[in-house]
Amino acid sequence: MKEPIWIFRDFLKCSGCRRCELACSLNHEGWFWPEASRVRVFMPFPGLEVPHLCAQCDDYPCVKSCPVEALRVDETTAVLVDRDKCIGCGRCIEACPGKVPFLYPKDGKATICDLCGGDPQCVKVCNEAGYLALQLVREGQNVNRKLFSREPIEVAKEIALNLFGEKGTEVI
Amino acid sequence: MPRGYAGKLLEVDLSREKIWETTLEERILEAFFGGRGLAAKILWDRLGDIWPQVDPLGPENIFLALTGPLTGLYPGTRICCSGKSPLSNGVIGATASSEFASELKTAGYDGVIVSGRASSPIYLLVTEDGGEIRGADHLWGKTGEETIRILNREISEELERRRSNVGLYKEPGIIYIGPAGENRIRTAAVMTKICHAAGYGGYGAVMGSKNLKAIAVKGRGPLPEVEAPETVRILWREIHSNLISRERFRRWGTGYGGYSVGAETSSEPVLNWQSEWHDERGLGGPRFEVPYWAKRYWSDFNCTLNCMKLSCIKAGRWKGDITDAPDYEMQAYLGPNLGIFNAEDATHLSAVFDNLGLSGINSGNTMAFAAELYQRGILTKEDLGFELRWGDAEAFTKLALMISKREGIGDILAEGTYRAALKISELKGIDVTPYAVHVKGVEVGAHGTRSGRDMNPIGYAASVQGGDHTSSTRDGYDDMRWSVFNDSAVVCGFCSYDRLIWDFARAVTGWNITRHRWCTEHGPRIVTLQQVLLLLGGPDIYWNPEKDFDNPPRFYEPLPEGPYKGKSTDRAAVEMMKRNYYKVLGWDDRGIPKREMLERLGLEYLETTVSKLRKT
Ligand code: SF4
Repeated sequence: MKEPIWIFRDFLKCSGCRRCELACSLNHEGWFWPEASRVRVFMPFPGLEVPHLCAQCDDYPCVKSCPVEALRVDETTAVLVDRDKCIGCGRCIEACPGKVPFLYPKDGKATICDLCGGDPQCVKVCNEAGYLALQLVREGQNVNRKLFSREPIEVAKEIALNLFGEKGTEVI
Repeated sequence: MPRGYAGKLLEVDLSREKIWETTLEERILEAFFGGRGLAAKILWDRLGDIWPQVDPLGPENIFLALTGPLTGLYPGTRICCSGKSPLSNGVIGATASSEFASELKTAGYDGVIVSGRASSPIYLLVTEDGGEIRGADHLWGKTGEETIRILNREISEELERRRSNVGLYKEPGIIYIGPAGENRIRTAAVMTKICHAAGYGGYGAVMGSKNLKAIAVKGRGPLPEVEAPETVRILWREIHSNLISRERFRRWGTGYGGYSVGAETSSEPVLNWQSEWHDERGLGGPRFEVPYWAKRYWSDFNCTLNCMKLSCIKAGRWKGDITDAPDYEMQAYLGPNLGIFNAEDATHLSAVFDNLGLSGINSGNTMAFAAELYQRGILTKEDLGFELRWGDAEAFTKLALMISKREGIGDILAEGTYRAALKISELKGIDVTPYAVHVKGVEVGAHGTRSGRDMNPIGYAASVQGGDHTSSTRDGYDDMRWSVFNDSAVVCGFCSYDRLIWDFARAVTGWNITRHRWCTEHGPRIVTLQQVLLLLGGPDIYWNPEKDFDNPPRFYEPLPEGPYKGKSTDRAAVEMMKRNYYKVLGWDDRGIPKREMLERLGLEYLETTVSKLRKT
């Protein structure tokens, strides 16, 4: 039986190595493909690296928004995309508070983190390198997760304050 | 299509506003790889016949930003910038770590080649749909920080507008210049990510001379296909675990080991290399870390070595300055070499240089040269407009601004240390070239040769890249393996492992590339071509190999203090090693390649030109 898990993210610790992108795409695409990775590291300003991935909101607005019911939630609490059903309309992106989903570069189908079926590869490489920006949490659905579904630029503005103090208000 | 390559280069002629794509033959790629090697080959093919007449800052020069077959795949992703160097009048491969390189490959290009000159400031936007020339009037005069902020926003919005429902676009990879590049300061760097610089060679000035403020690229494709993907995947993991095990370097970067360069081996520049030793012990890693480091582990694409440390000064008179650690080179050149022995001032100057787009080593060297002339009373308060005392961070900040704007004395210093020395000698009627610490027009890195504990005697003297410490020479065999390879495969030297990288190179390209073949064929081919272009030189300076392919005069003066007091570079050793280096490479005693060697390396097309050089 698979259990509910979640990927905790510590933005201040992200080094920007982007190995999570490489590990994710190796697992899902069989090759290095940063823009097909389900976790993408944004950088609105150098030093403000934001790993951007599905937060698994407790109310799953994306799932509800899909007009063809291509999205569903599995036992790990991940959102799975039925690629045969998906029509690439982009409604899930609009519904997501953090605009996390994106359309697959090749065929335009929605792409969302599936938690690697319970064993997320991004977390592995991030921890292996000692960064701990992404960590695995074994816990059930809860209301806090949605706080992490935000656009990268919003997160970056806060990281900027933390890292640069007052100057942080000027860089983005 | 050759493996590891995206398969095409983007070409832009700014004078005619034309953009097209070029594909290179596999045999050319196999012979020159990419980056530095390929740049030399392309420059020879296009400008070789007229090389001495080509003004590095004229529209006839070509600016290249090239990846190599390992870029993006091998950990430690870099971009190599090149062209005819306004410092050496030869070819230098200057690399910097940046997502620009991986974005370029995922957009389907191995590099960008820019010729001509735009009639007004522009930047290039490169995507999978090709390249486009966009106006940059709003960016001209802007600092590094401002340029990044504006471009990130502008380009992300533009791309989202074009393809509105695919989701958010990650920011583009960008290389750009600061005001220094715009004003054609010969020591201006090509900048990226606020504080990463392709510094040696002066390619920021080349971009500026083309009115090219920046190149921004966003790709959405995969990295190129390789010959043996499974082997690459396995090696990729192994290399990363090696990198991850290097705890000290990961934690401290170059500033930690570098500190010992000054404090143990006595080879750090102090007061324009008048000394290489100081008793002051206040400028090590921890002095920077605790007050200023904002991120201890700061990486670039596909790198877990993270030697860069994001720094920010949060209070006091330099409040708001953002830069990296600074790394060892900046620590030395913007510290002791200016008589500065505190972390706050060194960090501040590093941020000033970043924002202006000045190369810290090269322009830092020129500032120290000016300060020594002030110390000697050759340059006066009247010449400068203010007093330029050792250790005065405020005065050096002012001088950096004047150089980057070519104001007053800054206009002369903007020509780089050697050219400035020639001009000042003329103006003052005193020979000041003995105080110019450069080799072949390139200001030397912060590693001296005198104590014998750091740089070897011919590290700079024999190098086709002159003072470039990242490309130092030794025996004509082993040194081919390091920067000549790394800068042509275009990966970071700090991540380059001797066994693993050859296995990796074979698995990527499918070519029979071994260390020995590289050290006896590829490497010599690349540096021989570079040597010929350097010897051709011009138009303002032509090198005399017998006189100029040597250490700076200062490196033959005895060290005045410290544990190596009295030691200087051994002239006999320099001569012997240089001759040996030339011999190994099949060059004559003056460093001019012999006919047999040209033929053996497949460079017979150089013979007509080289035969003339042999006669001069
Ligand atoms: S692997 Fe971790 S540290 Fe590296 S980019 Fe991803 S989240 Fe950041």
